Amino acid sequence: MRTRLPAPWLLVLPALLVALWHFAVDLRWVTEGLIPSPAQVLRSWYTWIFGSTTAMLSPYSGTWLDNVVYSSRRVLQGFGLAALAAIPLGLLIGWSRLASRVIDPTIQLLRPVPITAWLPFAIAVFGIYDASALFLIGLGAFYPIVVNTTHGVRDTNLLLLRAARMLGAGNGTVLAKVIFPSALPSIFTGLRLGIGIAWTAVIVAEMIAVKSGLGYVLWDAYYVGRMDICVATMFSVGLLGFISDRLIVWAARFLLRWRTLEAHG
Amino acid sequence: MIEIRGVHKQFTKGERRVVALQDIDLTVAEREFVAILGPSGCGKSTLLNMVAGFDQPTRGSVKVAGEEIAAPAPSRGVVFQEPALFPWLSVMDNVVFGPKTLGQPAASYRARAAQIIEQIGLSGFEASYPAELSGGMRQRVGIARVLILEPKVLLMDEPFGSLDAQTRTLMQELLLALWERHQQTVLFVTHDIEEAILLADRVCVMTARPGRIKKSIEVRMPRPRSIESTTSPEFNALRREVLDLIREESVRAAMETERA
Repeated sequence: MRTRLPAPWLLVLPALLVALWHFAVDLRWVTEGLIPSPAQVLRSWYTWIFGSTTAMLSPYSGTWLDNVVYSSRRVLQGFGLAALAAIPLGLLIGWSRLASRVIDPTIQLLRPVPITAWLPFAIAVFGIYDASALFLIGLGAFYPIVVNTTHGVRDTNLLLLRAARMLGAGNGTVLAKVIFPSALPSIFTGLRLGIGIAWTAVIVAEMIAVKSGLGYVLWDAYYVGRMDICVATMFSVGLLGFISDRLIVWAARFLLRWRTLEAHG
Repeated sequence: MIEIRGVHKQFTKGERRVVALQDIDLTVAEREFVAILGPSGCGKSTLLNMVAGFDQPTRGSVKVAGEEIAAPAPSRGVVFQEPALFPWLSVMDNVVFGPKTLGQPAASYRARAAQIIEQIGLSGFEASYPAELSGGMRQRVGIARVLILEPKVLLMDEPFGSLDAQTRTLMQELLLALWERHQQTVLFVTHDIEEAILLADRVCVMTARPGRIKKSIEVRMPRPRSIESTTSPEFNALRREVLDLIREESVRAAMETERA
């Protein structure tokens, strides 16, 4: 069995990377002024979050939380819509051969189109509004959820289906009480992949299709040469992505307790 | 109770057509315990699946209580070789899955569930998940969830096949006790000669593929039986008779595989 490593070991690599970064800037391994040092990023990030006492009029003073809320809300809405559409659709495609024939090829055909390629289309149709962003986020998150749900449904043990039928279950009961719980681990895999793509999509969308949020700040800061804010934004997005992924993992662990028993049993 | 008439079953495996069952005629009387014994691959599980309603014959008819079988139904309980429990449900929820699904009021089945769980010796495990149970315990839950529906017919497909010898003996005795109490019509598929003789009123020996019923042997040993019954001279005589039949079939099957 795997044992948990003590916390210090987990910090070794990040500490090394930060040290490398620090010395790269400090010892001028990189062109001067191009890359901010870790300390600089931390200072700017702090001001960005808590504001500055020397009342300089800066767009990066105390606006962090607002932008985090903008981006998080978009991710939540887009991801939520994607899940609401993709889970039922995936159940249907996995369950019905007809639905699979009619819907699945179209999904497989559209899936390779990267969400970045959808940007002009989204702006043309929805304009520079939230709807554009939601469309891109939702679309990006939709594919992994629908594909994994379908896969989970098709993986349902035939014996369990037979057992349910023999115990008197009709189509509705089989779907709700056997196929859905049996597909749930796969659905959660889809949700985890989906939330990752949703964070990618929100940054892309905010860079171009709307005028708020972390993606907007990232692009804007790059334009005005504030690389320190760019790096702080990257860390912010990484952190938010990590937290939302953990939330899904916790939800899965709670709902799939029977599986952890299986793994140890 | 169960009437199987002129049943044929063919599968297509790629280009090849395989005759799994040929001219099966079998009648099981009400409350009779019939064991179907045969080498692996003889189609005995296919036969049971047709009575369950999971599979349809290519030709012939399968009737239970005078009605042609079209689909699985709770009046024909099935115990599979693997317990096939719902892993996300507790023991109690697995046991009451049937009555709940059929819309029976909780007040009526709760007491029955507790009683059956006690009969199978799993009191105290109601809240456990299948993954926390041993193979034998799981299979007992698989039996309990069927018995709670009080089916007319009990179909068992090598239910103890994957258990170790000691657990298997315990399960056979448990099944005997349950059967004395509930008195269903039982069709029991197995490849274990002693199990078939110990449990059944009649043992039908099947041939190797294509499966046919080679001989039907009455087991006239007194009931209630227990594992001690397996030491009696009657038991040994029956065992020898069945063993000879099976050996003939195994030899024939082996020769045919060689020729093929």
